[in-house]
Amino acid sequence: MESYIGKIKEISERLLNDGTVECVVGFRKGTVALTNEPCMITKASDVKDLVWDSNCRLNLANYLTGRKEKIAVIAKGCDSRNIVNHIIENKISREQLVIIGVPCKGMVDKNNPESLQSNCATCTHRNPVIYDELCGELVEEQTDVDKYEDVRAVEAMETQEKWAFFEELLSGCTRCYACKNACPLCYCPTCFVDESQPQWIGKGTDPIDVRTYHFLRAYHCAGRCTDCGACEAACPQNIKVRQFTKKLEKDCNELYGWEAGLTVDQRPPLDSFKLDDPDKFIM
Amino acid sequence: MKNLMEHMGVEPGRLQFSWISSAESTKFVDVVTKVTESVKALGPNTNYVKKSAAKV
Repeated sequence: MESYIGKIKEISERLLNDGTVECVVGFRKGTVALTNEPCMITKASDVKDLVWDSNCRLNLANYLTGRKEKIAVIAKGCDSRNIVNHIIENKISREQLVIIGVPCKGMVDKNNPESLQSNCATCTHRNPVIYDELCGELVEEQTDVDKYEDVRAVEAMETQEKWAFFEELLSGCTRCYACKNACPLCYCPTCFVDESQPQWIGKGTDPIDVRTYHFLRAYHCAGRCTDCGACEAACPQNIKVRQFTKKLEKDCNELYGWEAGLTVDQRPPLDSFKLDDPDKFIM
Repeated sequence: MKNLMEHMGVEPGRLQFSWISSAESTKFVDVVTKVTESVKALGPNTNYVKKSAAKV
């Protein structure tokens, strides 16, 4: 994957020089080991700062929300799906974007550089779904992966076991909100956690507030989450926050046959109505 | 929503949804009866209660 960087720099420099875009959103070397940080390059002379390797975990679609200028963005499979989400949700227009597609072989786990992070290990959309330029040959997609093994394990538990499982899972949460800040889906001007009239949720680390926060954050991502893993990559406490969003992702897949961010031509299940929508939950 | 609530350990039957038109009075009574019965059977919710709030 390191070999893409030459091409990334070349394309970025060209786009900035000929004025096609005003800035390039990419990664530069971070201050923490094994972590690259997102950056916005506005001068062709700064293109040299761009990097690409297996530590580009965050989702660059997060930096496109509401931008007015023309932007080039470097997009691996999941970033491109979130860019599609952004276009569907009118957060940016397709015409503003030059998408530099990067076929991806997965990012490594931030705590264990020997293995892929768990969402990448079971990823089935490694190639960008939408792009204008491509930095390398498309890679082969994984087909025989079991994405939902961990979700099924929780589903099989008894109610009290489930409660205890999530109690344990969230026990380290300090409510720093890194997960929601890293998430390209979380772009509301005022998040429900910050509202005080009404105050939907307590602001401390009471286990019930923590749980309510994670539950609601996940629910806001229903039918939109691409399982990019930015939330887990950002979590300083290494909490597996994807346990919530993955359940919704699985449900959306099973109930509506929907995977988020694959096409700009179809409305997501939660903002459209069909007569045959599943309604088993209505008594 | 119901799925995720139950996934994280809220008892099935604690959260219920229905759609009742203003003209469907008998359905309303039916649903309310069923909901109260199922919630009574479950008893008070001990999990999803804020411990610190109880003191206030």
